Amino acid sequence: MTAASLNARGPARFDAVRLLRMLLPAIALSLMLAVIFSQQPRAMSYVGLTLLLNLAVPVILATLSQLCIIAINDLDLSIGSFVGLCACIAATLLKDTPLLGVAALVAAVGVYGLVGALIHWRALPSIVVTLGLSFIWMGLAVLILPTPGGRAPEFLTTVMKWKPAFVPLPILYAVILGLGMHLLMRSSLGTILRGAGGNPKALANAGWSLLRARVTLYLMAGTLGALSGLALVGLTTSGDANMALRYTLLSIAGVILGGGEFTGGRVNPVGAVLGAMTLTLAGSFLTFMHIPPDWQIGAQGAILIIVLALRAVLNRAEER
Amino acid sequence: MVSDETALLLDDVRKSFGAVRALAGVTLRVGRGERLGLVGHNGAGKSTLMHVLAGVLKPDGGTISADGGRQVADYDTAAAGRLGVRCVFQELSLCPNLTVGENARVLHPGLRGWGWRKRAEGLILEQLDAIFPGHGIDPKTIVADLSLGRRQMVEIARAFTVTDTPIRLVILDEPTSSLDATAAEQLLSYLHRANLGGVASVFISHILPEVLSAAERVVVMREGRIVLDGRASELTRRIIVRSMGAADEELSEAESSARVTDTTADRPRQVLATPLAATGGMELSACRGDIVGLAGLAGHGQSTMLIRLFDAWGKRDPATQVAAPVALVPGDRQSDGVFPLWSISRNISVRSLGSLRRFGLIDPGREKDLAATWRERIGIRTPDMDNGILSLSGGNQQKALFARALASEAGIILMDDPMRGVDISTKAEVYRFIRAEAERGRTFLWYSTEMEELFHCDRVYVFHQGRIVAHLHRGQMTEAAILRASYADASGEVA
Repeated sequence: MTAASLNARGPARFDAVRLLRMLLPAIALSLMLAVIFSQQPRAMSYVGLTLLLNLAVPVILATLSQLCIIAINDLDLSIGSFVGLCACIAATLLKDTPLLGVAALVAAVGVYGLVGALIHWRALPSIVVTLGLSFIWMGLAVLILPTPGGRAPEFLTTVMKWKPAFVPLPILYAVILGLGMHLLMRSSLGTILRGAGGNPKALANAGWSLLRARVTLYLMAGTLGALSGLALVGLTTSGDANMALRYTLLSIAGVILGGGEFTGGRVNPVGAVLGAMTLTLAGSFLTFMHIPPDWQIGAQGAILIIVLALRAVLNRAEER
Repeated sequence: MVSDETALLLDDVRKSFGAVRALAGVTLRVGRGERLGLVGHNGAGKSTLMHVLAGVLKPDGGTISADGGRQVADYDTAAAGRLGVRCVFQELSLCPNLTVGENARVLHPGLRGWGWRKRAEGLILEQLDAIFPGHGIDPKTIVADLSLGRRQMVEIARAFTVTDTPIRLVILDEPTSSLDATAAEQLLSYLHRANLGGVASVFISHILPEVLSAAERVVVMREGRIVLDGRASELTRRIIVRSMGAADEELSEAESSARVTDTTADRPRQVLATPLAATGGMELSACRGDIVGLAGLAGHGQSTMLIRLFDAWGKRDPATQVAAPVALVPGDRQSDGVFPLWSISRNISVRSLGSLRRFGLIDPGREKDLAATWRERIGIRTPDMDNGILSLSGGNQQKALFARALASEAGIILMDDPMRGVDISTKAEVYRFIRAEAERGRTFLWYSTEMEELFHCDRVYVFHQGRIVAHLHRGQMTEAAILRASYADASGEVA
């Protein structure tokens, strides 16, 4: 078989399937928005969009954090409780003793890096380590804030309640985060980091340190997770140890929905941002569809299954 | 041009993997701008040598030096990179999730800062154009989207790209295996030009005519040693094949023609695989009680054939017929053999759970009996069959895998190079056992990369590039005949 003959058969069909797969998160999001707007035209406004998508900002940050971990073929089951911990730190320490609060957040991010190093050194399964870690984060959060409460620092509320001209705030943040992460992953450093997920052996043979790559990604994940906690507390104005537990699964689903793969260093930051927004909207979408609250959680799951199944079908079509 | 300057010098390099000596003291000098061909049969130590040169494997003993005897202390991938030693590995070493340009960046730490992407893409494109004119590869394509042949082109071109360190030596491990004829031709002529520019190359290939035309000097390895080192112009294919261990060629050939007897006529046929339209070649068949060897160079379709037969049981495929249940003895214990967390007895019984059932549950008494029987019959050395499988030595683990296949109802046993890394005494036990089981009516299909193992078979099929190119009966089976068929290029020499 020659190289020419292999490439001769229909590159056009390949491209169509690939394009569809790439656009899937955007299509899912616009479909949902379209239905919401048709049911409630007033949602199609500055205020409406801000209200609808406000809670998407911390979910986007958590999803991008997960994306860093998935880029190196690991999985982070502790991101939800980590976001909760950071929110609790922000609502107590950061408010009362800002210096101590900052130190606590930096230390928490540092622990993320150390965990990455540990996982690499001992070749541990990341799922087990982060699952254990999730209980530690939650325990710390309960220690810091035993009952829901605390108050968000002024500056966080300001940042999250700011009303820019023309563009609703959540959309502005989504664009900034998506573009920023996209450029970072395409940079010369990001290329090495993704390569470490794609073919670790080749990277090591080329003289790169896989340990450094993994620690870098874990530190990035920790930073984004901490930012997610800050954004969340800025929106809700008070903290609770359990406030972000569902972020763990939402973030994983967001990355996969956005076109990422669990293995092979294939991640798509822009898609992940759209995926996170879709998942946040799913709740409001069902309310607008007049689905009774009893059925909403199940229906949310059904939406997720449908979109992910579509992706799997497109993947298979592409392989063929 | 062979120059007196040394690009790299290996002195008495040794490397063992457990009991297996992969390199038994290799001394090799590669001159600056020299084209060196490296050949040898399966397991001769070529790949190990190349991984040592690349700095991926650390030798157990011996020294590596460059530039007129200056010894390199800690020779690792970084040191190899600093010296300008590049490798094109057989298993592709590109990151499939990155673009062609990004893969060039992986090799060059210096490609960074503003506009690195453009520079990386320009660099790789320039090199692709130089080696494979008319390649048609866009450096913005993701590698996973390229055909295997084009990936290989990118891999080769990437090894020749230069940013800050000049290239001293490029090692190519079977670089033409996935290239078409035109591209292979282009590569060979480029190597010639590169060598004139002072870049040395080590060219590993199983295609002897190609090595003879590509290299100035040819080195033949056998059992971890260099057994022949000579100028390509003075060597022929025949001399090389003979040096690989085919000394008794003429004698056996004369002998063989007289002794072709067909002993299989009276027994029922168990296995039949007709050649696929895409590959062609001969058909494979085996009768009850046969021990049939599958020979040839590693990766030329033997494992694929075993998997095809394994899948065929219970299906109606006219091209692949098996008349009895099939069991497979895998060779790669760690990845597709043992269940590392299970006990020895559970590892043996897992293939036969259907017959150990009582009321839908596994009967522990019968499972214990089964394990005890096979511990006795095949001689697994352990104080307790309930110990974890990993408590056994490699050879005994392999025995447990044999027991798993033989304890089942399967009439056909497929063996996928099962003796890898097994010590000699265990091997001898297992050989006797296989013979005894064959006499009881089981059929064995045995892929082996070890020449002497094939002589335990009744007959062998030799594979080459996915096809069966030769069928040798007991009398025709000699090392020479198998080697020649393994290296045969299309002209089936032995029928």
